[in-house]
Amino acid sequence: MISFIFKRLLQSVVVMLTVALIAFSMFRYVGDPVNNMVGQDTTDEERAALTEQLGLNDPFIVQYGRFVLNAIQGDFGTSYKYRRPVSGLILERLSATLELSFVSAILALGIGIPCGVYTALRSEGLLSKSIMTLSLVGVSLPTFLIGILLILLFGVVLRWLPTFGRGDVVDIYGWWTTGFLTISGLKSLILPSITLALFQMTLIMRLVRAEMLEVLRTDFVKFAKARGLPDRAVHFKHALKNTLVPVITITGLQLGALIAFAIITESVFQWPGMGLLFVQAIADVDIPIMAAYLVLIAFFFVIINMVVDILYYAVDPRLRADSDT
Amino acid sequence: MDLLNINNLRIEFPSRHGTIVAVDDVTLTVQPGEVLGVVGESGAGKSTIGNAVIGLLEPPGEMTEGHVLLKTEQIDTLSAENKRKIRGRRIGMIFQDPLTSLDPLQTVEQQLVETIDLHLKLGEKKSQERAVDLLRQVGIPEPELRIKNYPHQFSGGMRQRVVIALALCAEPEVIIADEPTTALDVSIQAQILELMRRLCKDKQVGMLIITHDMGVIADITDRVAVMYHGKLVEEGTTAKILGDPDHPYTRSLISAVPRPDIRLKRFPMVNYIEEEGERTKDLDLSTHWLGKVRDFDDVDGPLLSLKNLVMTFVTKPALLKRNRIMFNAVDDVSFDIEQGEVFGLVGESGSGKSTVARMVCSLYTPAAGEVNFAGTDLTKIKSADELDYFRRQMQMIFQDPFSSLNGRMRVMDIVAEPIRFHKLASNNREVEQIVMDLLDHVGLGAQAAVRFPHEFSGGQRQRISIARALATRPRFLICDEPTSALDVSIQAQILNLLKDLQEELGLTMLFISHDLPVIRQMCDRVGVMKMGKLVEVSPTETLFENPKAAYTRELLDLMPRLDKLSHKGLELEDV
Amino acid sequence: MEQTVEKTRLQRFFNSDVWFSFKANPVAIVSLIVTAIMILGATFAPLLAPQDPFNLAAIDIMDASMPPAWNEFGDLRFLLGTDDQGRGILSTILYGARISLIVGFSSVIFAMIVGIALGLISGYVGGRTDAIIMRIADIQLSFPAILIALLIDGVARGIVPKEMHTDLSIYVLIFAIGISGWVQYARTVRGSTLVEKNKEYVQAARVIGIRPMTILRRHVLPNVMGPVMVIATIHLALAIITEATLSFLGVGVPPTTPSLGTLIRIGNEYLFSGDWWITIFPGAALVILVLAVNLLGDWLRDALNPKLR
Repeated sequence: MISFIFKRLLQSVVVMLTVALIAFSMFRYVGDPVNNMVGQDTTDEERAALTEQLGLNDPFIVQYGRFVLNAIQGDFGTSYKYRRPVSGLILERLSATLELSFVSAILALGIGIPCGVYTALRSEGLLSKSIMTLSLVGVSLPTFLIGILLILLFGVVLRWLPTFGRGDVVDIYGWWTTGFLTISGLKSLILPSITLALFQMTLIMRLVRAEMLEVLRTDFVKFAKARGLPDRAVHFKHALKNTLVPVITITGLQLGALIAFAIITESVFQWPGMGLLFVQAIADVDIPIMAAYLVLIAFFFVIINMVVDILYYAVDPRLRADSDT
Repeated sequence: MDLLNINNLRIEFPSRHGTIVAVDDVTLTVQPGEVLGVVGESGAGKSTIGNAVIGLLEPPGEMTEGHVLLKTEQIDTLSAENKRKIRGRRIGMIFQDPLTSLDPLQTVEQQLVETIDLHLKLGEKKSQERAVDLLRQVGIPEPELRIKNYPHQFSGGMRQRVVIALALCAEPEVIIADEPTTALDVSIQAQILELMRRLCKDKQVGMLIITHDMGVIADITDRVAVMYHGKLVEEGTTAKILGDPDHPYTRSLISAVPRPDIRLKRFPMVNYIEEEGERTKDLDLSTHWLGKVRDFDDVDGPLLSLKNLVMTFVTKPALLKRNRIMFNAVDDVSFDIEQGEVFGLVGESGSGKSTVARMVCSLYTPAAGEVNFAGTDLTKIKSADELDYFRRQMQMIFQDPFSSLNGRMRVMDIVAEPIRFHKLASNNREVEQIVMDLLDHVGLGAQAAVRFPHEFSGGQRQRISIARALATRPRFLICDEPTSALDVSIQAQILNLLKDLQEELGLTMLFISHDLPVIRQMCDRVGVMKMGKLVEVSPTETLFENPKAAYTRELLDLMPRLDKLSHKGLELEDV
Repeated sequence: MEQTVEKTRLQRFFNSDVWFSFKANPVAIVSLIVTAIMILGATFAPLLAPQDPFNLAAIDIMDASMPPAWNEFGDLRFLLGTDDQGRGILSTILYGARISLIVGFSSVIFAMIVGIALGLISGYVGGRTDAIIMRIADIQLSFPAILIALLIDGVARGIVPKEMHTDLSIYVLIFAIGISGWVQYARTVRGSTLVEKNKEYVQAARVIGIRPMTILRRHVLPNVMGPVMVIATIHLALAIITEATLSFLGVGVPPTTPSLGTLIRIGNEYLFSGDWWITIFPGAALVILVLAVNLLGDWLRDALNPKLR
């Protein structure tokens, strides 16, 4: 088990370094960093001096190394547009995105998995067929459109829920601001989290359903039935567990994707998170923010992937066979 | 009183092509302590009967007529819940593939206890004790320890024992076994069958064993029912059915079984099932393209000479060479094949025989050793173009008729591909004529050319494969288990065809099989392989009557006892 | 053998299980018709649209913000109303759908070519090449397509000089969406190739002496295309959504050639003032299009799955 974790850690580090390489290349070579930092009337000598001072004439490896070291400490340079350290900008907004993603994840899993199981077991029923149809619609609606429609319905027509922003937030623990502790904060979370969760929810549901249908066709399920085991035991004890094992990997990825998909939701709802920052950075060609966002997202993904792999290892006894026998 | 009574059973499967009658008016009975064998070829409907009795008929199948009685109680009309109560408790079932019958995520103990507790309500502790006891009865060593293992930690044979334990754990009165040993190695098969027979007699359980294998029938059944296309054609004691069958289908089935003790000229009377491929025209081989002996020179000495062949595979890949675990699939194998000879290579799965075949035709590159064909060492040839000259001379027929043809190509193109590649004909019309002649010659008929593989049965597809192999006018043919995936009667036809072709065209053959009786029918000399090594090479008669190696003797002992089988109508070959 | 000889490809198709399941499935038929209508409508937009919304001379600001024709303030000239500039919504939808479909199809084709090629090579050659390609695929798969598309778009913006932005942006977009999607194809094709490679008909071809490239082309490729087609339909839906999303966010197609996503963005600003039709109709068009493509994909997957027949 230990060697497995060690190997995965090693792989993760390699991935992070690769991503850092891409981020760094973007950072350094897209556009001119110096140009973006100084005004029109800076002399050529001053530019040259600045270039030297920033270490931009050093060999590639050195600059890359510097970038990585800085990144580990959280220093991603200064935003071209805001003229402030990128790390500060991101930290301000991190809690907003993470809270939103967390709530959406709970929604997506909490509704997606049970629905998937249900539609697999009762595939002929009316409720099943309706859920399947709705899921098809869910997969066909782009996230931003869902957001717009929800705003239209609940914000404009019914006026039940706020349509933009986070509501009132409370500072806890330094830079983390939470919207969980205020009524307006919670209300503001409802529409965005549903919007963000919907696409993932339907994907997870369809995946669980497909996987479960496969498992229900296997020989060991047939044999379990032949032994007279009641449906409840066959479905939940045997079939469900076997279904969830491959589903773990994909759900892990999906949840990671949530953090990235937050970009869209944040744009529609003007939610002050990292995603909104990122989109604006694309339009403004603010490279430091783009680079930092890339590395951060990669970091989240790598962590999630590793957790998923370890979970997989813990749940499926066949994977442990290599080390035992 | 009969234990199990199946009366006038009729099962239908509605489909878009019309209603398929899988089982038609079948009546069977099983007594306590008796083993009834239901034998037939694929599509006979035997598995369907098993599924219907235990109430697990796959939709859209439905039982339209007849009833099933367990002792005196009618069970096919019970409610779904009552049917479930019978399953496992009064009727147990064993499926074919032990590798997929068990839940991979649960220990053996969990699966056993679950079933025992459900039916016998013994509580956790008592169920665990009983589970250990069952494992001991089915012959699993150290049951107290192994019961905590997961299924993947057992070998195939062991897993089937666990499956048997599971089927028996609630003390059922009837066991239905659907091809229980087909997926197992020959050596394990015998043990499992013996186990089942013993348990059956000891506990006075009635067993319905469904199989296509005559060896199994001869081994453990008391009575036999023969099925053909859903109908019951004959029924009786095992001795009668095997030794003196009445129905022509049964007769033809028995006569098609390769015997371990005698060698036949040809398999007779196999026309009942498919018209044995009729050739519509006789080719005058002295002038026809097929017989044109080939621009290859005769060789002095053996046509194929293998020296010290070695093949290694990596089982555990690793970055550093010293960490890799490798094993020798083929370990220092040498033998010769003379021109015009049929050389057999026999062994169990994993013995390396198929690997040898693939090294001979250059699908694998040997790690060491020489492959001398017609005097040239093929392993030394570097360019693909040079190798083509030799490729023309040897071709291969594979085991699985369903994956050896590209489903998206017409038969014409499949058979023509080698002709076109090696440029063996001068224009397209000639190619087409040759292909149609070949198809006719293998007994398929020229109209087969425009069709696609999926329109043909397994045996017919093997004929297409044979036609393709002949399309380069080879002088050496490698047959890798060419009939192992075919029904017994079809196998007989294909073996007949291969024998005919070998004689007509003077082919040299390397014939690979795990089935000793088949080897006896086809080969002049035989090599026996075990775990990569060649343990014996002898002429066929010597091998069977007077084997030299101990392993050969082991293999011969494991052959099914088919002496009960009738010898009527069989023509022996003069050896 | 009394079966009829199936002569032509077309005859084979009409006799197949696939066609049969299509005929029996009304949903599939409807979706095909809807998709066909939208595709035709989009292709022939210049002929079908009542007005050319991008001809600055043809639009009149006096026609601005008119509701759909069935509304009391509407006008029959503009069936679905007009936007803030006086452009007819129906016309903008037709032209917008055109862009959406062009970008969608092109990205799918691009992703398909790259993915199939890499998948075939990876599966057939194996070894180190396979390991490298799959590593890259795995890393890329960790990032959602939208992120990759956004990044490529952003980087392109930085690299390409400003004057060429408008001309090249559609190609950049196609490239970005395509690159973000090749992995699925590659993985599936690789999986199928690995399976087919070990099948005996491929071995038979090798024994005959046929060269690897020919084997890939003649034997392997036709047999791996089935799952590819299913992925392609799903991918098409996703590509259309991705393009719409990017355009909605303002980083997709340039404003001079608006797609359905751009239209929705434009209309979003007027949502609160009551001119709902400017957003809703393009939104509906987008949803209908994607839904139809998804339904077709679903049906195709079921029809091609041998286990379900």
